Amino acid sequence: MKRNLHYRLIFIVLVFVVSVVLSYPPSEKINLGLDLKGGIHLVLQVKTDDALEVETSQRREMIEADLKAEQIVFTRTQVTEDFGIDIIGALRDQEDQLKVYLNQYAPAWTFRTRDREGEVDIAMTMSSAERKALAERTVRDAKETIQKRVDQYGVAEPTIQIYGSGNVQDQIIVELPGVEDFDRVLNLIKSTAMLELKLVHPTGGGPFATREVALQNFDNRLPPDYEIVPYPNSATGQTTYLVVRKAPSLTGQNLKTANRTQDDFSGRAEVVFYLDSEGVSIFTRTTEQNVGNRLAIVLDDQVYSAPRIDGRIASESARITGNFTPEEAEDLALVLRSGALPASIQILENRIIGPSLGLDSIRRGVFASVVGLMLVVLGMLVVYKLSGINAIVCLLLNLIILLAVLSGLHATLTLPGIAGVILTIGMAVDANILIFERIKEELRLGKTVRSAVDAGFDRVFTTIIDTNVTTLIGALVLYQIGTGPVRGFAVTLGVGLVANIFSAVFVSRTLFGLVLQRWQVEKLSI
Amino acid sequence: MDIVRNPKIDWLGLKWFFVVISLVLMVTGAISMLIRGLNLGVDFTGGTLVHVKFTEQPDLDRIRLTLGDAGLKAEEVIRFDELAQNEVQIRIARGSAEESLESTLESNQVFEALRPEYDSDYMETGKLDLNNISKGDLSARLQELDPEALGEGRPVAEFAAHYDEISEKIINYRTEQSGIIHRFSELDQLGLASGVVKALNEEAYPGSFTVLSVESVGPKVGEELSTRARTSVIIALVLMLAYVAFRFWPIYGVAALAALFHDVFITLGAFSLTQREISLTVVAALLTLVGYSINDTIVVFDRVRENLRLMRREDLATVINTSINQTLNRTIMTSGMTFLAVFALYLFGGQVLRGFSFALAVGIIVGTYSSIAIASPIVLWWHNLMEKRKMRS
Repeated sequence: MKRNLHYRLIFIVLVFVVSVVLSYPPSEKINLGLDLKGGIHLVLQVKTDDALEVETSQRREMIEADLKAEQIVFTRTQVTEDFGIDIIGALRDQEDQLKVYLNQYAPAWTFRTRDREGEVDIAMTMSSAERKALAERTVRDAKETIQKRVDQYGVAEPTIQIYGSGNVQDQIIVELPGVEDFDRVLNLIKSTAMLELKLVHPTGGGPFATREVALQNFDNRLPPDYEIVPYPNSATGQTTYLVVRKAPSLTGQNLKTANRTQDDFSGRAEVVFYLDSEGVSIFTRTTEQNVGNRLAIVLDDQVYSAPRIDGRIASESARITGNFTPEEAEDLALVLRSGALPASIQILENRIIGPSLGLDSIRRGVFASVVGLMLVVLGMLVVYKLSGINAIVCLLLNLIILLAVLSGLHATLTLPGIAGVILTIGMAVDANILIFERIKEELRLGKTVRSAVDAGFDRVFTTIIDTNVTTLIGALVLYQIGTGPVRGFAVTLGVGLVANIFSAVFVSRTLFGLVLQRWQVEKLSI
Repeated sequence: MDIVRNPKIDWLGLKWFFVVISLVLMVTGAISMLIRGLNLGVDFTGGTLVHVKFTEQPDLDRIRLTLGDAGLKAEEVIRFDELAQNEVQIRIARGSAEESLESTLESNQVFEALRPEYDSDYMETGKLDLNNISKGDLSARLQELDPEALGEGRPVAEFAAHYDEISEKIINYRTEQSGIIHRFSELDQLGLASGVVKALNEEAYPGSFTVLSVESVGPKVGEELSTRARTSVIIALVLMLAYVAFRFWPIYGVAALAALFHDVFITLGAFSLTQREISLTVVAALLTLVGYSINDTIVVFDRVRENLRLMRREDLATVINTSINQTLNRTIMTSGMTFLAVFALYLFGGQVLRGFSFALAVGIIVGTYSSIAIASPIVLWWHNLMEKRKMRS
């Protein structure tokens, strides 16, 4: 028993030392949550339908081109509202040929045929598995793009994770601790940054004062390949409209890099982007074939400039000019470098905590904890006298272990987490109280000090396990289902409970054992 | 020291008394919930919670009116807490326009709305608001002004770092002061060059308020969070029921569950009566209370199980009474200690934790009571019912 006690003591000291090493200094080792440090917490939803729409319209164009090449006759094709493709008015004689083609080149699509007076209509829909895969890919790509942007902006320890409860996890949680320029960062994350170079209509390109005027120019029947896009004039602040080709000649996918520069004459900030080799050859070819036409630089469906092509341009760089501040130009270059988002995103939740509020919360939380701790310490000393010291040693060890585990797990301490610490203080003494009360009872029955202590610990052991396990169940559920601050609470509560079992059952008993061994205790101060 | 020396109270004999108390509490809560409802926070309803700090104690009606003029519907403007009279919490309803476009409020909307009212003198001057400007913007302005004349023919990049450092100093000081700089003279202690102080005096002003936080929750997230909160409470209850049923007997699990429902219901009733806001953290507190309340019940049950072996001659009622009495000191002591800790939190933890600690404080009292007054009588009642059935057959 004597040897055993010493081993136990060595073990406890070891745990203590390791815990202190792990958690010292706490200000550096403990990871503070957003509510304590300040920063941004965002929940974004990726509009995966955007990507579905792009995929469907591209597929339609491809099918149309392929069918023409294979000399399969049809009247027209169209995209339906729920992302299907209709091939209308195919010849019945060619139905089999058409089916062979679809089976081979659009395997992820299912189709139904409908007879109509010698002709066949085919309704194609994307299989649900493919649809899901596409949506998931879109969310993943969006996450990567956001990650790149955040990394380039320079945020220490950002958290970016995919999240959601539906069929497809289409939400992204972004946590950026310590960020101050909220609006700037929000724009950085939100902007789609879809860069496209589109040819302006050679004869009726505009600019027009309104959409209506632009339409009237085409007798209210816009050619199907063309669309109207706004062209805000940065100098006058007025918006005009251009008629440009729907299909871009070049997109941001052929971008190599982008940088902020300054115009030599005006000193204005602008963005220069560089094309990769494929981009250069497309650009050269486009300019060669369209001399005299204008080429619009369209960013997120807005024209920034539309210079006339004076001749073949074999350049690898182009500029985006506008009324940018240096900061805006910097951010634009950044989002272009990181690539376009595959779909637009919507902000579902937006929590912005200033750093001073976090500091206040820490001060208050810590103060409340210290007061709570003092009250409990005082209460234990008053009621259990010298044995109360035993409980207090356990309590302090419990707190140090808690800090160490939080540091070790790189867990995040939140304001509710601090509340969890206070609660742990209250619950930690529960185990000691259970034991002490039991020892008192056993003493009342006339047992010797030593056997009363032993009986107290033995009898209460299962109760302590039972009570802690049930609370642990609550903490686990909270951890699984909660996010952010609530999760921080679950972590401190859960870790506190486990540390609790160790300190109350193991440490407290060892301390009693040591005292009883060292001194001949006739009457226990309890 | 014993809190109660050798208690011999006939707890089960008081069961009708307890039934009346519990019924009164639950019915009061239910009526309040029916009439006044629960004050659900933006976490669940969607909307925006803004925390603004002023240099002086602000007039709440003035804030409400100002926001209204800017088209922001302030549902609630309250003082943050007694310790911080200058701080105000504003709750803004979800606008109908936001729903279609963007489901959350832009972070600077409240700032833009309040500025013309509170800092109108500076609106057109282009001066910087020292209490709302970010580190980057302050540094950018300083680089432009270059009050220490470091620029003389050198590119900006060479002295930008110097001004970054200065603005960091100023902003950190502001953070230390809980977000507000009252006078320029405060900056003297930072040891800034006289040129910088002069430039700030001319080009900046200490604004009369600062936005400390903006928490905007869209309707969709609100719905999701509500579902999650409900599921989490139910899952936790079921798991605990299962554990207790497994460790003891099924009826003990049912009795514990009944006590838990009783506790959660009464606590929610207290929230309805006081119209305190229920946020996500309050739900976390409710779950903790569930865990806490079951602790008390388990301690009693454990003792009952032990005593059933020791007191084979006695009937169940006596065993339960004895068990409750034997654990009474522990129950009072533990509840007392936890209550003290939670009470400290309630007093000093600030507004954010107030709802949380309120839930726990109520929960501790009700939870302690229910393990004696609800759980044990149910076990006895079930036992007697079974006995009667046996007698009949």
